[in-house]
Amino acid sequence: MQKLRIKYAKRGRLRFTSHRDVARTFERALRRAGVPMAYSQGFNPRPKVSWIGAAPTGTASEAEYVEVSVVDRVDAAALARELDTALPPGLDVIEAVEAAGGSLADRIDGCLWRIELPGVDPDELGRAVELLLAAPEVVVQKLTKDGRKDIDARAAIVSAEVVREVEVTTTRLGDGAEGTRRCGILSTVVRQTQPVVRPDDVLSALRVVADLQPPVPAKAIRMAQGRLDDGGALTDPFTNDREPTRATSGIPAVGE
Amino acid sequence: MFAQLEPLLPQVSKPVQYVGGELNATSKDWEDTCVRWCLMYPDAYEVGLPNQGVMILYEILNEQQDVLAERTYAVWPDMEALMREHDVPQFTVDAHRPVGAFDLFGVSFSTELGYTNLLNALDLAKIPLHAVDRTDEHPIVVSGGHAAFNPEPISDFVDCAVLGDGEEAVLEITDIVRRWKNEGSPGGRREILLRLAETGGVYVPQLYDVEYLPDGRIQRVVPNSDRVPYRVFKRTTMDLDEWPYPKQPLVPLAESVHERMSVEIFRGCTRGCRFCQAGMITRPVRERSIEGIGAMVERGLAATGFEEVGLLSLSSADHSEIAEVTKGLADRYEGTNTGLSLPSTRVDAFNIDLANELSRNGRRSGLTFAPEGGSERLRRVINKMVSEEDLIRTVSAAFSNGWRQVKLYFMCGLPTETDDDVLQIAEMAKNVIRAGREASGRKDIRCTISIGGFVPKPHTPFQWAAQCDPDTVDSRLRKLREAVNSDRKLGRNIGMRYHDGKPSLIEGLLSRGDRRIGRVIERVWREGGRFDGWSEHFSYERWVSAAASELEPLGVDLDWFTTRERDENEVLPWDHLDSGLDKEWLWSDWQDALDEHEQDDCRWTPCFDCGVCPAMNTDIQVGPTGRKLLPISPVGKGSPVSNPAFSGG
Repeated sequence: MQKLRIKYAKRGRLRFTSHRDVARTFERALRRAGVPMAYSQGFNPRPKVSWIGAAPTGTASEAEYVEVSVVDRVDAAALARELDTALPPGLDVIEAVEAAGGSLADRIDGCLWRIELPGVDPDELGRAVELLLAAPEVVVQKLTKDGRKDIDARAAIVSAEVVREVEVTTTRLGDGAEGTRRCGILSTVVRQTQPVVRPDDVLSALRVVADLQPPVPAKAIRMAQGRLDDGGALTDPFTNDREPTRATSGIPAVGE
Repeated sequence: MFAQLEPLLPQVSKPVQYVGGELNATSKDWEDTCVRWCLMYPDAYEVGLPNQGVMILYEILNEQQDVLAERTYAVWPDMEALMREHDVPQFTVDAHRPVGAFDLFGVSFSTELGYTNLLNALDLAKIPLHAVDRTDEHPIVVSGGHAAFNPEPISDFVDCAVLGDGEEAVLEITDIVRRWKNEGSPGGRREILLRLAETGGVYVPQLYDVEYLPDGRIQRVVPNSDRVPYRVFKRTTMDLDEWPYPKQPLVPLAESVHERMSVEIFRGCTRGCRFCQAGMITRPVRERSIEGIGAMVERGLAATGFEEVGLLSLSSADHSEIAEVTKGLADRYEGTNTGLSLPSTRVDAFNIDLANELSRNGRRSGLTFAPEGGSERLRRVINKMVSEEDLIRTVSAAFSNGWRQVKLYFMCGLPTETDDDVLQIAEMAKNVIRAGREASGRKDIRCTISIGGFVPKPHTPFQWAAQCDPDTVDSRLRKLREAVNSDRKLGRNIGMRYHDGKPSLIEGLLSRGDRRIGRVIERVWREGGRFDGWSEHFSYERWVSAAASELEPLGVDLDWFTTRERDENEVLPWDHLDSGLDKEWLWSDWQDALDEHEQDDCRWTPCFDCGVCPAMNTDIQVGPTGRKLLPISPVGKGSPVSNPAFSGG
């Protein structure tokens, strides 16, 4: 049995898929692509697919990770190509590697989010971020499966800064007219904690410290995941697997 | 208009249902097409998407180069509120276009409980609710599906109704609309409706007038234009092998109610169950051939990646070569984790070899049978001739082969039914548990009885019957529950699932109603009625009060439409809509029911003159063909698809 690791993106309108939607779509794509999947034993055999921390419903991602096990050896580049063809547009394979051992989950303990806030002035956002970073603790309410829970969102935030590109294309509600609009964009590295701090929680924290209320729903994109080094940067989780041969699908990472 | 919708999506539940992007969905440029259809299944996306009828028509229409078909579904109340607040119209999920911009708006009704959702979609689409208020700018609203066999209750709201199979009908309607548009749309909306109606295969309610007797019954229904015929006939697609649709079934991103690929293995049923509208209006039986089934499964699995194949029909084990089909498919897909299921099987057509083939490559699901009536007497009335001995023999064999669970479906409120008929359901369930324990030597046997309220339907022998009132149904179900629980040792292994009788009464009103019911539907919708098929949204009180306000001025009421028995000479609201069934035969079959006389199946005994074949110029098409499914080689490992990119890696 061979184990392969896949990095993929969730883009465009597919950001509205839930993790369960993505998992089902992936399993069907693996079957359509004819990947010789390994199955679990027992009463209800399932293909061996393991997921690592999926991006929440409503968020897009350029860096999602999954591991699959196959019964015949497959070429990682062929897997990346064939699977990408079988997946719907918007779920795009970025890279596949043969697992060189170790645990992929152990190589991911943080991620980088880009949060677009149309209608929020970048300077106002900057002031809110300063207040957030200066606070020793920011308690926000989170809806978990056990009900409402208070968590400290500040503890998970490694860094946060406002990106200095301030015009994005937006759509007016009602007539759908397009135009450009000043837009605050936040780039933030968040440490994996229990429970996990999501973009929504970061926005709640900004509301708590600076009463920041975006006029339209924010759009969050996960840009990278990996291991946080001492300087707060993320290390690519495939580094150990990729040597000596590199396998990519050759598909450029462009959104819809 | 996705850009208009996108800001609303983070604020609604399950936003994925509104984004489209299904595998095998078609996208076309608006400008490159001439005739544009919007198809709707008037229920939530998760229910509507797997609907085979919509999927088939969607694909057939999109195969035409100059035709565009897109889909829309009922939006949930949270989305509806936001759409109204932000002035976003009803949209298609394919390219997010406004429904009001299409030439035709086709709505498929499997059940009458979707009527309020039709009104809501029309209103959200800014299409006038009433057909007579529409202008040349508005789509032609076409209804289809089984409920279209009596479209009178929604005749105010639809422009046309098509009875029967849609494959050829949608293409013919498309041709007529294309020709009319190419001529420059002469005569406007009225002319295109007349052209459709004069074919005799499209019913245009506004071209017919209904006259009533002083006592409220219908006197007659007559065309008000000399260009349209007195009767409108149903459509029948012959030779299913010529129509292997859907070839590329839609696979949603969202979870749906049927997570499987479906192949219709035959259409029609002549078992003759007297309560069953589907069995009456879809005659004659037309089988798909074993090779046709095999080819559809192979193609469909490669196109979808589903792990289960459902072999659909009204009674799947009745296919003349069901054993060869299931064995052939199980052989082909050995080792690929591809399961097979037969959604509806009769006890008398079922055997353990069949069950074993079904579970060979997939999960072993529970067994489900539908005796429908608790007593032998009642089963003679409804012509569902399965004996308790058959049932006990079958479940004993299943339990000794490792099955642990059986589900039994029944109806309550059937014509001539007494308390005692219903109480015998408890006895049957207890006998199943006893037989199961004996056959398996185990105690953990389960039997679930599921009971639905009977609703008399048009074009069936029970169309004249009085519907049982909800209080009687509820009281019988209460007594049944007591009888099940009376023996604790057996009763704890019996589960019971049922709904109260109230929704059935409203379904009865909508099923056998006439044009006077339109105003009731409209009032219920105006008062907030949506998703009436969902118990959490259905309000009996709303329907009862709307019926009282709207019908009493007309001298009729809810009971008049539901619990009143009709006599032989009454003009029924759907008499001018021809399902092929001879009304005299239906009446004699109704009398046979009351006399507890059975009627055999014409596939195995001589024709009993129900009238369909000569009236529709059709004939039964059944095997056996004697042919077998050859192995396809090679199938993949762990997948039904073989990809050379992964061979010998």
